Amino acid sequence: MVKKGSVFVFAILFFLTVSGAAIAADSLSIFWAEWDPATYLQELVLDFEKETGIKVTVETTPWGDFQTKTFREFAAKGDSWDIVVGDSQWLGAGATQGHYVDLTDWFIKNGVDKSMAPATIVGYAEYPKGSKKYWAVPLEGDANGWAYRKDYFEDPKEKAAFKKKYGYALAVPKTWAQLKDIAEFFHRPSENRYGVAIYTQKDYDAITMGVQNVVFAWGADLGDPKTYRVNGVLNTPAGIEALEFYKELYQFTPPDWGNVFFQGNNQAITEGLAAMSMNYFAFFPALINPSVNKYAKVTGFFANPSGPGGRYASLGGQGASIISYSKKQALAYKFLEWFIRDDVQKKWASLGGYTCNANVLQSKTFLEDTPYNQAFYETMFMVKDFWAVPEYAELLEICQRNWHQYVVGGKGTAKDAMDGIADGWEKIFKKEGRLK
Amino acid sequence: MNNAVAAARRGMSDLTIRNVFIIPTITFLIIINIFPLFYSLILSFADFSAVSGDPPEWIGIRNYRELLRDPHVWESLYLTMKYVLISVSGQLVVGFSIALLLNRKIPAKGLVTTLLLLPMMMSMAIVGLFWKLLYSPTWGIINYLLGLGKFVWLSNADMALLAIAITDIWMWSPFVMLLSLAGLSAIPQHLYEAAAIDRASGWFTFSRITLPLVTPLLLIAVIFRTLEAFKTFDLAFIMTGGGPGTATELIAIKLYNMAFPQWQTGKSCALAYILLVMIIGISNIYIKYLNKAKER
Repeated sequence: MVKKGSVFVFAILFFLTVSGAAIAADSLSIFWAEWDPATYLQELVLDFEKETGIKVTVETTPWGDFQTKTFREFAAKGDSWDIVVGDSQWLGAGATQGHYVDLTDWFIKNGVDKSMAPATIVGYAEYPKGSKKYWAVPLEGDANGWAYRKDYFEDPKEKAAFKKKYGYALAVPKTWAQLKDIAEFFHRPSENRYGVAIYTQKDYDAITMGVQNVVFAWGADLGDPKTYRVNGVLNTPAGIEALEFYKELYQFTPPDWGNVFFQGNNQAITEGLAAMSMNYFAFFPALINPSVNKYAKVTGFFANPSGPGGRYASLGGQGASIISYSKKQALAYKFLEWFIRDDVQKKWASLGGYTCNANVLQSKTFLEDTPYNQAFYETMFMVKDFWAVPEYAELLEICQRNWHQYVVGGKGTAKDAMDGIADGWEKIFKKEGRLK
Repeated sequence: MNNAVAAARRGMSDLTIRNVFIIPTITFLIIINIFPLFYSLILSFADFSAVSGDPPEWIGIRNYRELLRDPHVWESLYLTMKYVLISVSGQLVVGFSIALLLNRKIPAKGLVTTLLLLPMMMSMAIVGLFWKLLYSPTWGIINYLLGLGKFVWLSNADMALLAIAITDIWMWSPFVMLLSLAGLSAIPQHLYEAAAIDRASGWFTFSRITLPLVTPLLLIAVIFRTLEAFKTFDLAFIMTGGGPGTATELIAIKLYNMAFPQWQTGKSCALAYILLVMIIGISNIYIKYLNKAKER
C-alpha cells in the first residue's frame, strides 16, 4: 500500500517536473516598468503566442524601482527575464558591462536600421553613438510634450483678456516665452487654478528631463559627446538663462509641486489644477479616457515650443534588449523578429504603443488615431537624450541635486548650479578616462 | 522502552541541541551576517561596482579619504544629526508627557493607551504617504487646522526636515510613552506618600522622585530612538525623496543612492562602515549614561 502510494506521488512529481520544464522551455519573460504601454505589450504578445505557441509574460515593477531592480538582477547575472525594455540611458552600461547581447549583425540582417525612425535608432539602440553597433530594438518611442486645457484657451473672455495683457492672441504656444506668458496668465491660486505643471522630482531623472527641454532649446548642450568637455558647453550664458527660465516656470506650478514627475503632472490635468502640463506622450492615453479624466473632451496636446536656440524635446522611451544571462536567447531573437514585422508594428500602434517604425509613424491612420499622435510625430524629429555612458547614474545624481537645489530649494544661483554640474561631470569623465 | 521514556523525560541531549539548534543557527548567522560584514569591509577598500563585471580593485583607504573629504557627506551627516535631535527630543517630550497624563486615574485608560499606540504599529511607507497628503497645501488638513492657508511644507527647503521630524514624532512618541509608563508604574507609591507627608511641592516630587526613577527607562527609549532616527530612510525618501535639493538628504538616503542607483559598491561599503563606527560610538555614550543612572 505504502509502496503504491510512493509510486503514485513520484509519478505526479515527475509529471509536474517534466511539464514544468516543457512550459518553461516554451516561454519568454520580458521585464519593463509598470505603466500602460506594458499592458499594451502584454496584449500584443498574445498574437505571438497564437502564432508560435510560445508564451510571453510581461513582468513589471513600478518606475521608481525599475532601474534598481534591473541592475540588481544584472549584478547577480540572473536569468529571471530574457528581454528587458530598458531606458535609453542604460545602453552604455548594458553594452560595456556585458548585460546586453550585441544585436548588430541581426539588426542589419533584418533591416531594423532601415525600418525604424533614425532618431529612435540613435536613442534606443546604438552605443557608442555613431558607431553603428546596436544593442536594442526600439520598442516604445517617447518624448516630452504637453497637455493643455482647450476650454481655457478657447474661452472668448480669456482670449480677450490675454490679448489685452500680452498684445498677442491666446493660442498654443509657439515659443517658450509664450508658454511662460500663458502660465502666468492662468496662474490664479485664489481660484485653485495654476499655470503650468512641470517635472520637479528629485528621484532618478525627473527634473533633469524637464530642464533638458529648455537647456537644448536655449542652444546649450549637456557636453561635447566627442571630447566629453562640459565646461563651456553646458554652463554657457544661454544654458544658465535656460535654467533661470525653468525656475520662473516653477513659480506658476500648483503649490508644493517640488517633487513631482509624470503621475503628478497627469493629475494636474485630471484634477483641473493646471492649464498646461508637461509629460511624456506615453502617459497621454489616460488623459483622453473620460473615466480617468473628466476633462478628457477639453484636453488638447502640443509639442514642445521653440527656444532662442531651436526646438528640442527630451527623449523618453525604451528599447528591447536581449539579456546576456538568458538561457532562451534563440526564443528572444524569434520574438524580436516577430515584433519588428510591419503588421505587428501596426497592431502595436493601434493598441496604444508608440511604434518607432518609420512607415507606421508617417501613416495617416497613425497620425489621426489619437489627438496627440500628430504632436508625437513632430516631436520625434527634435529629440535629444541624456548621456548614455555607463556612468550615467553618477552623472544624473549630480544634475538632479544641483538643478533641484536651485529650482525647488531656491538655493544659490543658476550659474552655481550649472558650474557645479559641469565640474562634477568633468571629474567623472576624467576618472573614467574619457576626458583628457 | 524504559530507556526511551527516561531519555524523553531527560529532554534532548547536549549533542542533539548542538546539532539541531546551535550549529544551524551559527551557520545561518555566518552566511547572512558575519560573511557579508567582513566581505563588505574588504569591498570598502576596493574600487568596485557590483554591476560592472570587473573584479574589485584594491585601493587602500581611498574610499574613506574621499568620503571624509566630501562636503556632501558632511552635509548629510549634519542634517541627520539635526533630524535626530529634533525627532528624538520631540518624541521624548511628547511621549513622556502623555505617559504622565496616563499615569493618573482616567476613564477608559486601557482603550486610550491602545489607541495612542496605533501610529507605531503602522508601516513607515504608509505613514509617509499619509502625512504627505496631510501636508498638502491644497487639501491637507494641517494647514486648514493651523490656519496656514497654502503654506508649503515639503517643497520648502527650510521646513521639509521639520515636517519629516514631526511625522516621526507622531509615529514614535507612543513608543517612548510605553516605556515611560512602565517606568512610572514601577515607582513605589510610598515614596509619593512620604513626599506628601513632608508637604513637598509638585515640582520637587517630579524632579526628585519621578524623573530620577524613570530615567533609566527613558534612556533606553532614547537609545532605541536615536539609533532608529539615525538610519531613517523610508519616511524621508517617500515624503521628499531627499529634497528640495539636499535639504532632507539624510545619510541613509545618501548611502542608498550611492549603493544602488549609482552602483558605487566599494564606496558605499566604506560609508556604511563610517556610519557603523559612529552608531557604535553614540550607543556607547548612551550606555555609559544609562549605567550611571542605574547606579544612582
